Amino acid sequence: MYGWGVVKTLGIAFYHFVLTYVDEFRFKGKRRSAEALAQRQSAYGSGAFTVEYPQERLTLPERSRNLPFLVIDAETQQTRCTACGICVQACPVQCIWIERATDPETGKPARYPAAYHLDVSLCMGCGLCAEFCPFDAIKMDQHYEVASYTRPGFRNLQELSKPESYHAQIHPTAYAEEQARKAAKAKK
Amino acid sequence: MKSHELMQEIFPVLQQRFPNLTLESNGLHVAKRQLVDVARYLRDELGFNYLSSVTAVDYPQRGVIDVVYHFYRISGGPELVLHVEVNRNAPVVPSLTPEFGSANFQEREVWDMFGVKFEGHPDLRRLLMWEGFAGFPLRKDWHEAYYEEEHKPYSSRFPKGGQPVMAEERTPLRDNIRLPEGWLAQDFSYDEADLALYQRMLSANRDPNKPLKTDEMILNLGPHHPSTHGVLRLAVRLDGETVQHLEPVFGYLHRNHEKIGERNTWMQNIPYTDRLDYINGMTNNLAYVIAMEKLLGWEVPERAEYIRVIMAEFMRIVNHLVATGFFGNDVGIYMTASLYGLEERELILDLFEAASGARMMFNYMRPGGVAADLPEGWIERALALVEDRLPRKIEMMQTMLTENEIVKARSVGVGVLSPQEAISLGCSGPVLRASGVPYDIRRAEPYSIYDRFDFDVAVRYGGDAYDRIRVRFDEMWQSLRILKQALRSIPAGPIQAKKLTPLLKLPAGEAYGRIEAPKGELGFYLVSDGSANPYRYHIRATSLINLGALSQLTRLAKIADVVVILASIDLTMGEVDR
Repeated sequence: MYGWGVVKTLGIAFYHFVLTYVDEFRFKGKRRSAEALAQRQSAYGSGAFTVEYPQERLTLPERSRNLPFLVIDAETQQTRCTACGICVQACPVQCIWIERATDPETGKPARYPAAYHLDVSLCMGCGLCAEFCPFDAIKMDQHYEVASYTRPGFRNLQELSKPESYHAQIHPTAYAEEQARKAAKAKK
Repeated sequence: MKSHELMQEIFPVLQQRFPNLTLESNGLHVAKRQLVDVARYLRDELGFNYLSSVTAVDYPQRGVIDVVYHFYRISGGPELVLHVEVNRNAPVVPSLTPEFGSANFQEREVWDMFGVKFEGHPDLRRLLMWEGFAGFPLRKDWHEAYYEEEHKPYSSRFPKGGQPVMAEERTPLRDNIRLPEGWLAQDFSYDEADLALYQRMLSANRDPNKPLKTDEMILNLGPHHPSTHGVLRLAVRLDGETVQHLEPVFGYLHRNHEKIGERNTWMQNIPYTDRLDYINGMTNNLAYVIAMEKLLGWEVPERAEYIRVIMAEFMRIVNHLVATGFFGNDVGIYMTASLYGLEERELILDLFEAASGARMMFNYMRPGGVAADLPEGWIERALALVEDRLPRKIEMMQTMLTENEIVKARSVGVGVLSPQEAISLGCSGPVLRASGVPYDIRRAEPYSIYDRFDFDVAVRYGGDAYDRIRVRFDEMWQSLRILKQALRSIPAGPIQAKKLTPLLKLPAGEAYGRIEAPKGELGFYLVSDGSANPYRYHIRATSLINLGALSQLTRLAKIADVVVILASIDLTMGEVDR
């Protein structure tokens, strides 16, 4: 019958429309709870797909990344960065600038940075710096609310540094692997 | 069969006819006066009827520009590479456009970027830069406005990077710009830049025996138009409502990706490839690393191959959901179908984000494997999607878009492309297969582990906009088939065989890696001089070459159908403009 296809199309649209309101009953008014949100956003979700940000927030997967940060070691309370420059070699947009410190006693290059700058307006969040860092000193952050009224420009060593506990909190699996690797190395 | 084996086999046959032809490690070298004859002989006698890629490489030390052609047989098999070396100071090459329609845009691009003149080209205008632009950007001695150094990593960054300079402080309006001698801003007019285009618009496809002397009009659709899917401008010459000639104008997103690629190291290019066809980051990554692996000669571990196939097939579903959904926008199911498509895309992007850390700019593939193993529970999540949800949803969209009489009225018989034209114009992917040519690189020259999976090459025979949409649905079903097999049989094991370093060096030589990307053949032509930076990094952009068919497809169509035909080709401007 001519026109049957249009009727079917409208039927599909109507079905979707009805599903939008099913969630309210399905979760018995607890549509905004964390469990309901997880279900709504999974392969088993059926109703409205939108998330009412900022009242509702999705949990990010562990590997989710945007801007890098530098890890302050829990033992030494110093930055883990040794100013080796590998992140600079890896950075596609060349937004990392490192000045290597000189040892005040010997006058030779030291294994820590005198200055570390990262142009956050240029960084594309590819994660190659974190991937290639041999000292686990640079990691990718998950803090995504970075809008500001002024141009952010450079972040220096202090602004980039975050404690090891923060890294452990946002990357639990990767942190456990890292610790296991370190323990194995110490054993040798 | 490998490419060099094919060429060794072909070479004696060709040499009998063309004694001056030589076979070198990188392909067949031909003198420019013989080029058209050789190309014709290859097409008519030896079956190499598909000219896939035309590009050039600049060698200032030797004073030559090497124009490179890649030919295929549409029946399958590896590529045949043809080189024509011309003097760098006055480069002239005979044009292949009259023989192969696919050379049209690519020769214009080579003229634009390298200044190689193609004799006999019907319309040799600049493609990406504007008329009146001084210099040829991809020549080695041309420097861009923000030029710092020949290659990354820049020496100012380490170890004395204590006084950083923000990118915006190196603006071209201060001291970092080179203007042509004697150039004054007040003398420049934008009309001059468009003059060549309008001359072309007025002269092309004119029928001298037109019975009625009616007035014609030139209409510009775009660059900002809701149905051009980006910043694409279509200059259309109309006679009443009928399109007499259509000329796509683009380059608004041009950032000289290939020049950036030559400044970058090999590894730094991987995240940049995500930004070509930004809908399909994974397949862009994959094509680039496959080209790199051809040069490196690396083997990829089993598990990594499976992960690559899974990601590529999910990516194909994502692309086709977006393409068919937005096709709905243009035929009048405004936003409904596209949002249903985007909903499923979100779920697939969730999977990508869990594995790679990003939803669009994945940066996931690496030469010799992938960046990270799949996280725990990933396969189960993917299987739930592939076995339960996606079949239902794809079927729903298919009903919506292929059974609807309004969609049929708008698309059946609109923009018909014959198989001969499709091959000659170099179309690939769903555009080619909707015209009845069952050419799929996953079967024609299997890469990765596609030869292990059971799937059919989706093909439709109508060649119109409707079939181009239907073939995309067929492909989604085939992708689901591959995904089911791959997700069930993925083995355990390592995901990366080699230790990678940021300054990975590739052995000297050249390679052309291509894959069946969702939009068609995506190829990376890489030339290495043995260092950590590419000597030449060229992308055979799928969307660009499929766009080349638009002028042909819209001839004598109605202006309202232009939008439908454009949507059925499925373009991403990030890839067209590069």
